[in-house]
Amino acid sequence: MFEKVLTQHINIPESQSIEYYLKHGGYQAFQKVLKSMSPDEVIEEVKASNLRGRGGAGFPTGVKWGFVPKDDSKPHYLLVNADESEPGTFKDRLLINGNPHLVLEGAMIASFAIRSNHSYIYIRGEFVKEARILEKAIQEAYDKGFLGKNILGTGYNLDMAVHRGAGAYICGEETGLIESLEGKRGWPRIKPPFPAIEGYQHSPTIVNNVETLACVPSIIERGASWFKSIGPEQSPGPKLYCLSGHVKRPGVYELPMGTNLKEIIYEDGGGILDDKKLKAVIPGGSSVPILRADEIDVAMDFNSLAAIGTMLGSAGTIVMHEDTCMVDALLNLLHFYRHESCGQCTPCREGTNWAEKILHKIESGHATEKDVELLGEVANHINFRTICPLGDAAAMPIQSFLKKFGDEFRAHVGVGHCPLNSRL
Amino acid sequence: MAQKETQQPMKVEFSEAAKKEFQEILKRYPDKRSATLPTLHLAQREFGYISRDVMEYVSNLLDLTVGEVMDTTSFYTMFKLKPTGKYHIQVCRTLSCALRGAREIYEHLEAKLGIHEGEVTPDGKFSLMKVECLGSCGTAPVVQINDDYYEGLTIEKLDEILDNLE
Repeated sequence: MFEKVLTQHINIPESQSIEYYLKHGGYQAFQKVLKSMSPDEVIEEVKASNLRGRGGAGFPTGVKWGFVPKDDSKPHYLLVNADESEPGTFKDRLLINGNPHLVLEGAMIASFAIRSNHSYIYIRGEFVKEARILEKAIQEAYDKGFLGKNILGTGYNLDMAVHRGAGAYICGEETGLIESLEGKRGWPRIKPPFPAIEGYQHSPTIVNNVETLACVPSIIERGASWFKSIGPEQSPGPKLYCLSGHVKRPGVYELPMGTNLKEIIYEDGGGILDDKKLKAVIPGGSSVPILRADEIDVAMDFNSLAAIGTMLGSAGTIVMHEDTCMVDALLNLLHFYRHESCGQCTPCREGTNWAEKILHKIESGHATEKDVELLGEVANHINFRTICPLGDAAAMPIQSFLKKFGDEFRAHVGVGHCPLNSRL
Repeated sequence: MAQKETQQPMKVEFSEAAKKEFQEILKRYPDKRSATLPTLHLAQREFGYISRDVMEYVSNLLDLTVGEVMDTTSFYTMFKLKPTGKYHIQVCRTLSCALRGAREIYEHLEAKLGIHEGEVTPDGKFSLMKVECLGSCGTAPVVQINDDYYEGLTIEKLDEILDNLE
């Protein structure tokens, strides 16, 4: 029987308070780490758990922490990525609202593991309420002695602060986030050097997603083997699935990693809105390749989705029923990527612009067959030619929509209007 | 971003409370430049929007050039380069909201308020924007008014919310 460890308290009004959190076993893992483990032992435990980053890339968290130098003289930084902006994703906001101290405790343990005395929570600027919740939780943690100097008499020092973004999707990319924290525009950096060697203030820096860090306290408390026993061994653990679009019960569902996508949509989500026919699903946030209705009998984990040519990403599952025009849906997304392209790399800046223009032409029924081909070419010229993955994130939807729904694009050619009269 | 800076005929200086808050902000960072975003947020709260004069003021506070502050300010959509209404309404237009009726919400607002994107009502009460994903897709369609999210909207709910804004 699967036991929720991330969202079990979220609907309880007092769950934001430290008293509630302490009463339910909170900060036990951090105390265990401080009193009985070395930083390297923490890293080894998280490595052994096979925890993979929940922000989208799925990189093994313990391995990432292990890249931080162990004997340098520079300060180290732990940055919590709460810039949740990938269309279709809304899990970190829920965690911050309903269980802020879990996020803090994960960040504290991570800070200890990477020998950091400074941690910032970078939260998207629009989440004003959530920033206040985190600030209050941080103050409570200081008051109880879990933050500050000589924490619980162990000699370990840790400061933590909330840093609000100001409206830029690109700041969710870890080097864009670092630049933004430094007070600049969020232009991603060329890697290497990777942030673990040279990040914030040219110092070793780890950027971890909110949900990733929220998994850490239970790994420390219950052990890596417990974590690994949930879902597939290569990408295990509890997982927050975000369900939106044309489903009866949209929302965040905490389920074992590897839960079947069809089951999430039809059982947890209650099926398709108005009992219409399912047409398409974007499984992992708007940037990942789309699936047709006949492809959704698949386990929602990193490896299983990669095997069918898509990605788990941020697990932002967007469901579309039979009335949805795929051209209009893609146009909606390209408007997003064009708007959010930071403008640094030409293929992404110009390519997203061109793609949106061509899509307008196709959607209005004024395009030729050649325009549809050109759209695919534009995507191919963006993909893998940019500093950060935003370019790929714009190209992948184009390529996959054309591959899976090419007929629908061609059906728009020369009609003079959208055959479905779509108005997204 | 088609925002243009406009003149702001007031003396640009933080209130005493804001000055204190600014000092608290500085303590959190190892260098002054890292305090740029929080200082701009504070300045926007103080002055309503970030005019050229405000950028200059902030640049002096942080020992930066005006160009550096302008470079940062103009990159982020939440920093307003011109005044907005007392209630700044931002309608999420990205896919999950679009699938659940964001267009109807937006067009209703245009008709009800008599303004288009980027405009302010003549009485200065409302301004209207379309924005990209607000990260609340499970409760689409969503609108942000100033700091607050309004989720799972219908036209009726929206009317009720607007009617209750003073």
